[in-house]
Amino acid sequence: MTSIDTGLAEAPSAVEPTRDAPVGTSSTASRILGVVTLVLTAVGLTYSLVISPPDANQSNAARLLYIHVPSAIIAYVAFGVTAIASVMVLWRKTEVWDLIAGASAEIGIVFTSLCLITGMLWGRPIWGIYWTWDARLTTTALLLVLFVGYVALRRALAGTANRAKWCAIAGIIAAIDVPIVHQSTNWWVTLHQGQTVRLLGESEIGGTMLFSLLLMMVAGLCGYVWLLLIRFRVGYLAERVDESAFDEAIAQRRAEAAAQKRTAHRTAPTAPVAQKMATHTASTEVD
Amino acid sequence: MLVDAWVIAAKDLRIEWRSRVAFNQLAPFALVVLVLFAFALDSQQTVLAEATPGLLWITILLALVLCVQRTFVTEGAPGLADQLRLSGLDPAGIFLGKALGVFVQLVALEILTVAGAAILYSTHFGSIGLMICAALAASVGLAASGSLYGALLLGVRGRETLLPLLLLPVVAPVLIGATSAFQAALGTGDVTLDQAWRWVGLLAAFAVAYLLAGLFAFGPLLEDT
Repeated sequence: MTSIDTGLAEAPSAVEPTRDAPVGTSSTASRILGVVTLVLTAVGLTYSLVISPPDANQSNAARLLYIHVPSAIIAYVAFGVTAIASVMVLWRKTEVWDLIAGASAEIGIVFTSLCLITGMLWGRPIWGIYWTWDARLTTTALLLVLFVGYVALRRALAGTANRAKWCAIAGIIAAIDVPIVHQSTNWWVTLHQGQTVRLLGESEIGGTMLFSLLLMMVAGLCGYVWLLLIRFRVGYLAERVDESAFDEAIAQRRAEAAAQKRTAHRTAPTAPVAQKMATHTASTEVD
Repeated sequence: MLVDAWVIAAKDLRIEWRSRVAFNQLAPFALVVLVLFAFALDSQQTVLAEATPGLLWITILLALVLCVQRTFVTEGAPGLADQLRLSGLDPAGIFLGKALGVFVQLVALEILTVAGAAILYSTHFGSIGLMICAALAASVGLAASGSLYGALLLGVRGRETLLPLLLLPVVAPVLIGATSAFQAALGTGDVTLDQAWRWVGLLAAFAVAYLLAGLFAFGPLLEDT
C-alpha cells in the first residue's frame, strides 16, 4: 500500500509472523516496563505527596512541581524524538521511524498538557495568576499548538501513500520554528516586563525532595517509553489491518463474482421475471 | 532556478490580475478587519493607537491565510500538479515563484492596511525606513512559510481548516517581531530603535530559515502529489 519499506519483517498477515513483527499491542518486555512504571509512579507519588516535607515558602503547592518538572522535560524529549525521527524518515525511508515520530508527538502532547495544567494550578496560589506571558510558558504553549497541528495533519493524511514523507517534512519545519519562537518570546518578554518570574524559586531543594523529584522523573521517562512502545505497536497493527482489509475485500469480491457466475450458468433469466420487471417499470411511470 | 521562479510568479500574478480576487475580496477583507478592530476598541482612541502595530499584523496574518489558500487553489485542479511536474521547471524555482507571488500580494496589502490605519486610527509614523525594512523582512518570511504549508496541504482533505492551524503558530515569531519593530517605528510601545533593528534581524533569520527549508523540501513535496 505504501511505497515505503516496512523496515520490519514481513507483515503478520503472512501465515507465520516472524519474531520481530508486532502481533499484539504489548510484549513481555513492555508489560514488565508497564509494571515498573506503575510501581515507580506509586512510590514516587507517595514520596512527593506524603513523605517529602512541604516547601518552606510554597508549602504544599510545591508538590505540584514533582509532576510539573518531569512532564516538562518529557514533553521536550518527546518533541525532540519526533524531530529526529522525522529526519530519519526522510533519510532511511522506513515505516518504523514514521510510526515513532507520530507516537512520540501524541505522547508529547499529553505531557505538555499535563505540564501546562499543573503549572497553571501551581501559578494560581504562588504567582496569584494562572498564566503569565513568561518566555518559557509562551514557548511551551506554542510548542503544544505546533504539534497539535502536526498530529492533525497525520490524521488528515491517514491512509495516503505519502503520509510518512509529508508528515516528516511538516515535523521538521515545525521543529525549525522552536528555537526562533524561543528567542522571540525571550526578547519579547524581557523587552516588555522588567522582570521575568522565575519558574523555580530560589529555595534549594535537597534530601527527600530531590529524591522524590528524581523518582518522578524516572517514573515519567519509563511511562514515556512504555506508552511509546504501545502506541508504536498500535500504529503498526493499524497499518496492517488497513492492508489486510483491502486484501480481504478483494478476495470477497472475487468469491462473489465466482458465485454469481456459477448461478448464472445454472439458471438463465426466465420469462416471468422479465415480465415482472416490465410491469414494475410501467407502474412507476404511471405513478 | 530564478528564471523558473519568475515564470511561476508572473503566471500567478497574471491570474490574480485577471481574476481580480485579491483586489475585489482580499483588500476589502483586510479593511473590514481593521474596521472591526475599531468597533471592538472604539471610544478609546488611546487603546486603539497603542494596539495599532499588533492589529495591523494580525490583519496581515489573516490575509496571508486567505492569500495562500487562493494561490494554491489554482494549482489544486486535477492533473495540474502533474503538469507542473512535467513542465521541467526546477522545484526550487516553483517554490520561489509561488513565494514571490504571495510576497507581492502581501506587500500590496500591507501598504493598503497601513494607509487604512493612518486614516482610520489616525496613526503617526515615526521611522518610515524601519517600517519598510521590518515589513519586507516579515513578508519574505510569511510568503516562504505560507507557500511551504500551502504546497504541503495541496490535495489534503480539509486543508481549508488545517492551513490556519498549521501556519499561524509557525508565524507567531513574525507577529511578535514585526509588531515590536512597528511599535518602535510608531512610538507606541517602550521598544527602542536599537531593539527594533534586532527584531528586524530576527525577522530576516526567520525568512532565511523558511526560504532554505522551502528550497530543499519542495522537490520531495512535488515528487508525488
